[in-house]
Amino acid sequence: MKKIVILGGGTGGTVVANILARKISREAEITLVNNSPQHIYQPGFLYLALGEILDESKITREEEKLLDRKIRLVIDNAVKIDVQNRMVILSSGKQLEYDYLVISTGSRIVPEEVQGYEASYHFYSLDGARRLYEALERFREGVIAVGIGGIPYKCPPAPAEFCCLLDYYFTKRGIRNKVEIHYLSPLPRTFPHEAVAEAITKMMEKKGIHWHPMFNIESIDPEKKIVNSLEGESLKFDLLVMVPPHRGAEVIEASGLGVDGGWVPVDKHTLQYKDYSEVYAIGDATNLPVSKSGAAAHFEAKIVADRISSEIMGDEPRAMYDGRVLCFCDAGFRKAIYMDFNYERPPKKPRFSYLWYLGKQMVNKFYWSLILKGIV
Amino acid sequence: MSSGGIKIDKVVDARGSHCPGPLMELIKAIKNSEVGQVVAVYSTDSGSKTDIPLWVKKAGHELIGVYERDGYTEFVVKKTR
Repeated sequence: MKKIVILGGGTGGTVVANILARKISREAEITLVNNSPQHIYQPGFLYLALGEILDESKITREEEKLLDRKIRLVIDNAVKIDVQNRMVILSSGKQLEYDYLVISTGSRIVPEEVQGYEASYHFYSLDGARRLYEALERFREGVIAVGIGGIPYKCPPAPAEFCCLLDYYFTKRGIRNKVEIHYLSPLPRTFPHEAVAEAITKMMEKKGIHWHPMFNIESIDPEKKIVNSLEGESLKFDLLVMVPPHRGAEVIEASGLGVDGGWVPVDKHTLQYKDYSEVYAIGDATNLPVSKSGAAAHFEAKIVADRISSEIMGDEPRAMYDGRVLCFCDAGFRKAIYMDFNYERPPKKPRFSYLWYLGKQMVNKFYWSLILKGIV
Repeated sequence: MSSGGIKIDKVVDARGSHCPGPLMELIKAIKNSEVGQVVAVYSTDSGSKTDIPLWVKKAGHELIGVYERDGYTEFVVKKTR
């Protein structure tokens, strides 16, 4: 009986575990380690902050109920990964040996890395989204700036999407004319890819959203309410929404597996860690040049599950990740864009439509059943 | 590693990256480097030829060179501040 250990029960880890349980539960013992009994649907944070979701239970479930019953769930913290001896040490002192390891430990936010961060809000955690919701409800007039405090961060379009949704939020409240929305883009464009940037810029201009090119947040002056960029510019704000800097999980840094902030270097196609062909990493945990998003984690999870099950069944592992990511970006007023791209195929110029808005709603709805079970 | 006689401290292979894209990968690498270190970024994104030089200039770093390679472009940047 082979032993498979999966670290992290986010989108990637849960999908890998469920597919493996379906394919090879007779040949392998599957253990998933998660530091919390709760699974959170993170794209819901944005809607929580804007008051479109008021009931937090809509975006949380018990991880145990999302996993195939043949999977052993261990609620604990991995504190050390020993790739030489194929072993994971947990904070309880338990040791887990493995034949295959999947690292899906995600990313963590470290707002404290930006000087003056206390003066900012964010929508990258349940608490953060709750706090931002309350601040927005109190907001009556002034300047709201939305910017990025560190790269990489989860879901690159999220801050631009949030600006568009702020426009919708304040329009609904009848005070849009009293609120200035400023998007601080880390790039010379509103989005990394030119064709998409063109559509987003047009949408922002139409909505009267001011955008500032090449403004990467370096520090904040909480007293004067001024945000400074590492490119040397400043902006005065009344409310600042800052995407906090992200790092890889602590266990990655503590085990010496990460680079440039704790990201696991993996082969961009096989998703294997260096020369350790039995160690895989997926999702936010990797240093791949793809979006840190549930969609990327989902596609990578399917590849890794295929490779591990093939090998255990005595076949050559052939599945390769092609860099596929897809995303729906909500622009408010029931319109959204859809992008689908991979390493070879760039995104096409998107079209804002109600159809893609419905697509996003479908993903939100079927996440718990079809996506996490690895059915789609 | 060296490129055009310049010692490269860090290589960022952002070929095939459309989101976050090569410039975001470069900004990440520059933030994680020491002043004086040299970063090379590989890109297949046509937009990089405009946006990488623009950002390097605005952020006050030095663009040492832009090299056409086999199917991609290499940008070599020195962190100066």
